Amino acid sequence: MEQVMSTINLSAIYPEIILTCFSLLILLMQSFSTPRFKEYYGYVSLVGVLAALAFVVMEPSSFFAQTVVYSFNDMWVVDNYARFFKLIFLLGTGLTILISMKYLEDEAMQYGEYFALILFATIGMMIMASAGELITLFLGLELMSLSLYVLAGYTRVRMVSNEAALKYFILGSFATGFLLYGIALIYGSTGTTSIRAVAASVGKYGLYSPGLVMGMAMLVVAFGFKAALVPFHMWTPDVYEGAPAPITAFMSAGPKAAAFAAFARVFMEGLPALQMEWTWLIWIMAALTMTIGNVIALVQDNIKRMLAYSSIAHAGYVLVAFLAAGELGISSVLYYLLTYTFMNIGAFAIITALSGRGEPRVFVRDYQGLGFQHPFAAVAMSLFLFSLAGIPPTGGFMGKFYIFSAAVKEGYIGLAVIGVVNSVVSVYYYLRVTVAMYMEEPSSVREAEAAAPIFSPALVIAIFISAYGVLSLGLFPSSYVAIVKQSFLALQ
Amino acid sequence: MQLLMFYLLGLGAVVAALIMVTNKRPVRAAMSLIATMSFLAGLYVLLDAHLIAALQLIVYAGAIMVLFLFVIMLLNIEEKEGRLAGSALLWQMIAIAVVGLVFVLMVSVVKLSDNVVPLGEAAALFGTTRAVGKMLFTEYLLPFEIASVLLLAAIVGAVILAKRRIDDSDQ
Repeated sequence: MEQVMSTINLSAIYPEIILTCFSLLILLMQSFSTPRFKEYYGYVSLVGVLAALAFVVMEPSSFFAQTVVYSFNDMWVVDNYARFFKLIFLLGTGLTILISMKYLEDEAMQYGEYFALILFATIGMMIMASAGELITLFLGLELMSLSLYVLAGYTRVRMVSNEAALKYFILGSFATGFLLYGIALIYGSTGTTSIRAVAASVGKYGLYSPGLVMGMAMLVVAFGFKAALVPFHMWTPDVYEGAPAPITAFMSAGPKAAAFAAFARVFMEGLPALQMEWTWLIWIMAALTMTIGNVIALVQDNIKRMLAYSSIAHAGYVLVAFLAAGELGISSVLYYLLTYTFMNIGAFAIITALSGRGEPRVFVRDYQGLGFQHPFAAVAMSLFLFSLAGIPPTGGFMGKFYIFSAAVKEGYIGLAVIGVVNSVVSVYYYLRVTVAMYMEEPSSVREAEAAAPIFSPALVIAIFISAYGVLSLGLFPSSYVAIVKQSFLALQ
Repeated sequence: MQLLMFYLLGLGAVVAALIMVTNKRPVRAAMSLIATMSFLAGLYVLLDAHLIAALQLIVYAGAIMVLFLFVIMLLNIEEKEGRLAGSALLWQMIAIAVVGLVFVLMVSVVKLSDNVVPLGEAAALFGTTRAVGKMLFTEYLLPFEIASVLLLAAIVGAVILAKRRIDDSDQ
């Protein structure tokens, strides 16, 4: 493994610089160009995402070279682990932008700031994945969260959207307080905020101070909130329901992955000495998260709310793999988060298309008879729901397979059993939508006619990319596994 | 002497914070928040963080609190009279008791543990404007720059949520 050390290495933050420049460009374009150009903002941001993606893939060298670059006095790490997460974030952002373009036009929302804020949130997530130091990590998390608070309340005319933003903001700020207090306690016990130095200090002094353990517990609360783990999940359903559908898609994929990215880096790289302390904590959280998410999802009629609870449950599965740790565990975290990005954003793309202006049609009954009126939408939706349920030959199945085999291999058999039972339970509510689409008649023909989905070319492209991702992750997992394994090695 | 100052300032900060959350009049609450901020500034001085102490007074106790007071007066918030229902009060009591217990527990275990990293001596110029500035632009350059992006995102967000009109004409 080659290691490159230097104090200031700008090339290590090229992707972030590019995204910042593009978000500034969009804000400036908004001020200096005529309203005619407003539909191009989406494309401009897409170009920015693609450029950043190219740099993530190419800098500093090929993925298989295992280069690890530390720069800015160890505050910034570019390893394969961070790069893989950045790929997931940029993918989620790109898909979200594709879904959003037509939606913004239909809802008559402001264009420029929307895309600028999405890019800002993405920069925040990328900082979280690459941060080698806790203050940098905190700033990245805040950048992501602040942008998301605003985006959740972006449709200002709708009360639910306002409520979502306010709720998310107040609870999110509280969680931020926990994060800061945790960082302060860790700093107080070890005298440093650098993640590697924390590990070194803990190792050197054989530290086992209560302050350190408390700091760790506070970090669990903060990351648990951001990743929507039970018992810190209360905000999720309301925020997912109230936020505009494309933003819900965005929130459920990238930020969740970012929380896991930071969580794993801090705990596996910085606090491995405390593994005894956090293992049982995370065991309980994983079991609760899977069970509560799935059980409450069973009774939801609003499909956005249902997918909110389902996303809680999926975070639980990821937590199982997180706990299994090791090569298999971490690489199945990465594999699952990639799959989840495709399938969840795909499902939300269909929801966006069907929801209609002002999002009145987001209930399961609105999907009745869709299979006959709009076969394309129904087939795509079924594919994503099957994948979420973990039915072969989709990526969701392979992802769950890797997670549970990792858990069994590391001896967490009880947790694996709970996970499998849960995933059987979840089939019920995913299939309920499919049954409505293919086996039920719409309550009235007029209503069904009014419910014509709005498919723009960009949205169809997003659906195709997601469907391709879900299927190829399910049918040809080996090439993805090879990449994922490379990404895990870098965390050592 | 330092220890005495610490206890006095700490006690003052806690008492002022308690007055702030329990007082029903918004202006009084804001004034006690100013007191809390000032006590905290004193604590920073004890920690040799002179610049932070000055900033605390100028920015928090000064500028931000004036803004608070302006908003309170502009909105003309009236004193809200109201009693909590029995069960809500009970829950609040339980919550306060639990939080207090956790706090006492935390303090005692931290105090009892002798297992800490040895403290280094603070540098002679520690906490001065010069030292903080130098740190910000060398060692902490990256977080400093990220903070600027963060503030920009916050400004854009605030404008978006607070702007009066939402139509296409002003784009």
